[in-house]
Amino acid sequence: MRRTTRRLMRGLAVLSVLALGATACGGSDDDSSGQKPVSADDIQAALKKGGSVTVWAWEPTLKSVAADFQKKYPKVKINLVGERSGDKHYTALSNAISAKKGVPDVAQVEYFAMSQYALTKGLSDLTPFGADKLKSKYTPGPWNAVSEGKATYGLPMDSGPMALFYNKKVFDKYKIAVPTTWDEYVEAARKLHEADPKVFIAADAGDAGLTTSLLWQAGSRPYKVDGTKVSINFDDAGAKKYTATWQKLIDEKLVAPINGWTDDWYKGLGDGTIATLPSGAWMPANFETGVKNASGDWRAAPMPAWTKGDKASTENGGSALTVPALGKNKELAYAFVEYANSGDGVATRIKEGAFPATTAELQDNAFLNKEFPYFGGQKANEIFAESAANVASDWSYLPFQQYANSIFNDTVGKAYIGDTKLSAGLKSWQDASIKYGKEQGFTVD
Amino acid sequence: MTTLQPPAAAKRRPDRPPAKRDRRSWTGWGFIGPFVAVFALVFLAPIVYSIYLSLFRDQLIGGTTFVGLDNYTQALKDEQFWDSLARVALFLAVQVPIMLGIALLIALALDSGRLYGKDFFRIVIFLPYAVPAVVATLMWGFMYGTKYGLVGDINSAFDVTLPDPLSSDLVLASIGNIVTWEFIGYNMLIFYSALRVIPSSLYEAAEIDGAGQFRVISAIKLPAIRGALVIATIFSIIGSFQLFNEPAILRPLARNAITTDFTPNFYTYSLSFNGQQHNYSAAVAIIMGLITMVIAYVVQLRGMRKGA
Repeated sequence: MRRTTRRLMRGLAVLSVLALGATACGGSDDDSSGQKPVSADDIQAALKKGGSVTVWAWEPTLKSVAADFQKKYPKVKINLVGERSGDKHYTALSNAISAKKGVPDVAQVEYFAMSQYALTKGLSDLTPFGADKLKSKYTPGPWNAVSEGKATYGLPMDSGPMALFYNKKVFDKYKIAVPTTWDEYVEAARKLHEADPKVFIAADAGDAGLTTSLLWQAGSRPYKVDGTKVSINFDDAGAKKYTATWQKLIDEKLVAPINGWTDDWYKGLGDGTIATLPSGAWMPANFETGVKNASGDWRAAPMPAWTKGDKASTENGGSALTVPALGKNKELAYAFVEYANSGDGVATRIKEGAFPATTAELQDNAFLNKEFPYFGGQKANEIFAESAANVASDWSYLPFQQYANSIFNDTVGKAYIGDTKLSAGLKSWQDASIKYGKEQGFTVD
Repeated sequence: MTTLQPPAAAKRRPDRPPAKRDRRSWTGWGFIGPFVAVFALVFLAPIVYSIYLSLFRDQLIGGTTFVGLDNYTQALKDEQFWDSLARVALFLAVQVPIMLGIALLIALALDSGRLYGKDFFRIVIFLPYAVPAVVATLMWGFMYGTKYGLVGDINSAFDVTLPDPLSSDLVLASIGNIVTWEFIGYNMLIFYSALRVIPSSLYEAAEIDGAGQFRVISAIKLPAIRGALVIATIFSIIGSFQLFNEPAILRPLARNAITTDFTPNFYTYSLSFNGQQHNYSAAVAIIMGLITMVIAYVVQLRGMRKGA
């Protein structure tokens, strides 16, 4: 009796080792068969069968979306991993992709980083899943960011037309008008700081995203990308407009040297020492979760203009959900991406303060008339939608923007601590980016 | 060696057939086998793999190509690398003497036997070493904060403006302060344990000769712990060259002051994880390893020259 059990166990062990080997082989087979069209029925079948989907995303509204999705498809388990953002997120993602291990099934990728991952074949083309048929649902800007030729590397989750968030309580207290141009912005910064030396117009310790967005709005087009041909040049009229203004803010110490998304930053936004925040329309959801104590203090306004009357706006951030090429359960992953960014998830996310990239919702009266209790009942979406319509065209990011952004503080950051001027900082950022581009095999000039 | 051989074994050897000797040599391998296997796996394999990696170049456009020693020639001409090396060399030249000096003073004080509450003092000095470096750095990072941290509190309480410890001029010194705080206890313990094994007969002889405390220190204690001093210095040199945790953790608080090429280790990390330049990063790491080895070896040779 005993001997037979032992033999049985041994047999089982051998069998399970064989099974492991078989699944390992199965895993590698999946990669090559990625181009076959996947029908809606296949996806439905996968949803019925169930499984788990690991999602790397910091977008706060996805929590409710994941819960709803699991309610609708009880056999599917969504593991939302959301504590990382920014550099750390991309480092982890790039590591997982190059190690071919621990790659998530779904990953949030900001528009500026899309082409880098697409270029290195880190993301699945979602066209075989039918993603290209959803094109007409989205606004053109975000759709351009996720598609390249015939390939579609993700579904836009949100978009980031910029607005100027300002602490109305602070502005009212010192009877200062909300600036409509960047010159007025500098003026307001001086007045605020004079009235209370603890108050700064903004927190900025050097942020690549903000700088590129402001350059974009000022009419600068430093990056030109044509396949693997890239040119980088920060020496244009738009960039000069930006550096002239921002240099004043830095020189006169009118911006608080606080890095975004740190404890100090949240505290400053909450206690009125950071008076404005130029940011993307996805910001309200973060205000509501991160700066609860200042509810009712903040409002949104259109971005200040570089010349009076100019309506040109710009984008900041905005991201898509993508399906990494090495992820498992691609049908389920796609099903979740579609649910969150094109299906029922969109309504859930809007309810929690997200700013969609889908045209229908953007033009919907209910959306435009939505009152934000956090902004004292202001219909902030009207401002964001207006900004979205005025985003200046023809901007492009580098195909290695993620790397360029990682060395922003090494170069432009020096201007923030007085070691150099902004224009010189931009020049050394340009040089370092060109050097990297060449090393990576791009044709750069 | 020969004295360790049991005489019985030596006597019996001629009786044994040669085959037995063969098996005996395999028994030895059996004993060191597990060690050799683990050593090869976790020690040699990564080095060999890094060297292998360093001979290639992986580009976003163009993929992986064999480039021979190109990465090494590039690294030797890389200003960012040499700047970071200069930075840790400065750190080494200033921080290590301060840290070892304080550690030595404390060890001598504890050893002098003139201190009340010696055990308590010893454990308190050692305690920072027991705090994980990451936690310690986070804690210091909070204290260094000029807005909501300790420095900020002091500024507002006494209405003064202390210089920002995380500014680009001071950040290296601030990191030195953290490292000193962390490792004084550890080095003190090395020195103290070396002092404890000095035979007390030497002290008695010194007393008979009429030597004072300082004479005892300079003529007996310091020469006796020379080996410990050299070891602590070598550890500190390696530690300085490998500086990574502190700048990496403080960076979110001072992005402009702590650049991505702040220390050689942090530079290789950035190359690898921000720039995806794993191959070049491996070359830089190997050069850095060689430099560290050479310097540590020179220190050891010089330090031990007159030693026993």
